[in-house]
Amino acid sequence: MKQPRDLTATSTRQEVLSVQGVGARLGGRQVLTDIDFSIAAGEFTGLIGANGAGKTTLFRVILGMTGHDGGSVLVGGAPRSRRNPLIGYVPQKFALDPDLPLRARDLVSLGIDGHRLGFSLPSAQRRRAVEQMLEAVGARELADVRVGELSGGEQQRVLIGHALIGGPKLLLLDEPLANLDLRSAGEVVSLVARIAREQRVAVLISAHEINPLLPVMDRIVYLAGGRAVHGRADEVVRGDVLSKLYGHHVDVLRVHGRILVVAGAGDGDERSGPHAATDCDALGAGVEVLS
Amino acid sequence: MTVIHHLFEPGFFASGPVHTALLVSAVAALVAGPLGVFTVLRGQSFAGEALGDIGTTGGSGAYLVGVGPLWGFLVINVAAVTLMELIGVQRHRGRDLATGIVLGAGLGLAALFLYLAATHQSTTGAAVTVLFGSLFSVAGSTSPLAIAIAAVVLVLLAIVGRPLLLASANPELAAARGIPVRLVGYVYLLALSLAVALCALTIGSILSTALLIGPAASSLRICRRPVWAAAAAAGLGIAAAWLGILLAYDSYAWPPHHQGWPVSFFVVALVLVIYLGCGVARQLSGSAR
Repeated sequence: MKQPRDLTATSTRQEVLSVQGVGARLGGRQVLTDIDFSIAAGEFTGLIGANGAGKTTLFRVILGMTGHDGGSVLVGGAPRSRRNPLIGYVPQKFALDPDLPLRARDLVSLGIDGHRLGFSLPSAQRRRAVEQMLEAVGARELADVRVGELSGGEQQRVLIGHALIGGPKLLLLDEPLANLDLRSAGEVVSLVARIAREQRVAVLISAHEINPLLPVMDRIVYLAGGRAVHGRADEVVRGDVLSKLYGHHVDVLRVHGRILVVAGAGDGDERSGPHAATDCDALGAGVEVLS
Repeated sequence: MTVIHHLFEPGFFASGPVHTALLVSAVAALVAGPLGVFTVLRGQSFAGEALGDIGTTGGSGAYLVGVGPLWGFLVINVAAVTLMELIGVQRHRGRDLATGIVLGAGLGLAALFLYLAATHQSTTGAAVTVLFGSLFSVAGSTSPLAIAIAAVVLVLLAIVGRPLLLASANPELAAARGIPVRLVGYVYLLALSLAVALCALTIGSILSTALLIGPAASSLRICRRPVWAAAAAAGLGIAAAWLGILLAYDSYAWPPHHQGWPVSFFVVALVLVIYLGCGVARQLSGSAR
């Protein structure tokens, strides 16, 4: 069965990231199949999928840390490469040691030259750049605190500063909202949206939940079963589109401005019966995406 | 004047062995501090401890061959980290396993060497000297080699310091920046093996961890910046070593036996006191924020 492809009419957008027909295998298992999407400068794209859907693998392919079979990955028009200054990246499950002798300003500063050998002398220019970045991510007052002593949301903001200070065109954030309370998650989302808009940075942010990103997302890449659909939220998050992607019937419910994706009971799939009940039970806890 | 007189027993500043002890211990603490900071951050204290223990093999082997113990520590430690790297120290789960395997093999050899040294040669003190150190008996001719090793360690650290810091904070972040995490990790291990060799010479192979981990863990309690943490660790280590040497020298004059206590005991005890003191300092200053 042919999966839905990129639903967006590719116009004359200034593409920062272009992923065409990309597949990836991990330990002999096909994790991603025929992934197609692109992101333009200043665009905020959500990479939505359940745990294990291949979100992190896709990031690693874009970063050049994992090989891909077939297709092409272009960053800023050129084939992907390791050590790409066009990409800023914040990995998932970031837990910094409380003993780490790094203040927030040191970590942001390492974003400039942390990969270089040797050492650099302090400079006023560099100090100013770090101050400005801390200001931009709303972490000015955290500048002199050890990073390991910051809360999850504060660490995310400082790490986004670390990723941005090199002046990338593409910002990759892997599950930045995991383990954050609602308020911190909202702060991180609006911060990233503002940065995308103001600095014309293309943002790809992964999450297993759609709703925190809904207000700011320009487009969605929805991953399930190793395949993806790409488009605007209202084009992608629809019963017929997602049913095709999942390969079984799925309902998309809109309740009080929130989207709930639940396994329907319509196609006689034995898995969908009990799963539907489980998913409905879980909805109250905020789990919307099928696994 | 009398206080000074009681603090420094007669002959302290004129003694050749004391000069050598002050120099060698300072050089060891100078490099062990910064290295130890990374060891603590990377959670590789076990590797540091194992390298010290394995040094026993090199130290006792050196006795058998008839060369200075520092050569023995040096050769065996560099061989050990290379073996650990090959077995798989870079994998998180493989780390302790690789360390443990190399440690076991090394200590087996050490048992053999110490036995041979005790039975075939008249060096009865070999075991105690290698295991627990004997700073006042370090030959003055060892100093140039010790200084050279320390210089190599500092140069290595200055080169890989920044990528190593990033890789120690989060390997994934470092790898995404294009840092060869495994290579950086091996360079760190090499530097560690050299630093531990110097520590083993100073306070013995078994106790060397104290000088590596203690000052570093202490400085991490009170410093928020990487360079300060490294400098403070070196400074605290040198303080512990020098004060230890002074007390050991003075202890020859202590009643009832006027026998002199081992330097290593004083150094390790002082390291512990410093660590506890830094904990109190952090509590008092509330340096959390």
